[in-house]
Amino acid sequence: MTPEEQDLIRRRQKSRSVVMAVLLVALVVLIFAITLSRIKLAMT
Amino acid sequence: MTVAVPLLPPADWRDFLALTKPRVMTLVVFTGLCGMLAAPVGIDPVIGFTAILCIALGAGAAGALNQWYEADIDALMRRTQGRPLPAGRMDRQSALHFGVGLAAFSVILMGLAVNLAAAAILTVSILFYVLVYTVWLKRRTPQNIVIGGAAGAFPPLIGWAAATGDVALLPLLLFSLVFLWTPPHFWALALFVKTDYANAGVPMLPVVAGERVTRTQIGLYTIPMAIVAIAPWPLGLTGWIYGAVSVAMTAVFALLALMVATRTQAADDSMKVEKQLFKFSILYLFVMFGALVVDRWVLA
Repeated sequence: MTPEEQDLIRRRQKSRSVVMAVLLVALVVLIFAITLSRIKLAMT
Repeated sequence: MTVAVPLLPPADWRDFLALTKPRVMTLVVFTGLCGMLAAPVGIDPVIGFTAILCIALGAGAAGALNQWYEADIDALMRRTQGRPLPAGRMDRQSALHFGVGLAAFSVILMGLAVNLAAAAILTVSILFYVLVYTVWLKRRTPQNIVIGGAAGAFPPLIGWAAATGDVALLPLLLFSLVFLWTPPHFWALALFVKTDYANAGVPMLPVVAGERVTRTQIGLYTIPMAIVAIAPWPLGLTGWIYGAVSVAMTAVFALLALMVATRTQAADDSMKVEKQLFKFSILYLFVMFGALVVDRWVLA
């Protein structure tokens, strides 16, 4: 494997990790918001 | 004997996004949102957002599984050969895992956060698109997009079910509108990309039955589509805003369809009218669903 190919793989892995982290944080926020909404709906 | 398989670098995240067919998703999300907003009961904004997100993810999953299954024919068509799989930017297994994972996630989230009715219809829509349209019909019959069109017609039904928990006559008419709109929309496209489909061996109507039959079928399918499009108004399900818009827009659609149906292709033809019908058909659906929501919200 050439250094260019190794560099490409590293860049791809890094960008995929960043996107995955952002999506996981968004999922946590969404689940939290859904929980609050469900509690609110159950109380009304 | 061992076969050397070239190792691919991990696919870029943009390729996973491309796998979900974002442009198709726009119409799916819009019709789903309009189905939800046209419902007689309100929905909590967070739950509503989650429902639309699940519709988008479900459509994206179906698109990914479609591209996983059709990688071979996508490679043969100019329109699709730049997609991640035929272009060699992603391996098939990653696409399969991504599609199945996204489908399962969207259905489970819909079931847990919104309601089971919406989750059930979402499941049916994904399975219908992948198994009935992609796997069963697309390579076998020129009626592929007629029956397969049902897959794209589910979002307004899902949106409505997300808000109400059940299904009524109006969302069924919206389902029928998208279902009957699909043949003229796709056959207008198929008329001017006929060579592409023929090269890939996809039995689209212009390839199998010829251009004359396709033009006639476009005209014939427009008749029930027009009836279903206007029906909610005389049935008292919508007000005059939707009535006026649906009559005007359907008249233009029918006129273009009539022009396509009665035209004979000349040698060196640029297919201007067919392209006009295809473009207008997209605008048509956006305006019709938009008018429905405006009607509901203004006249409510």
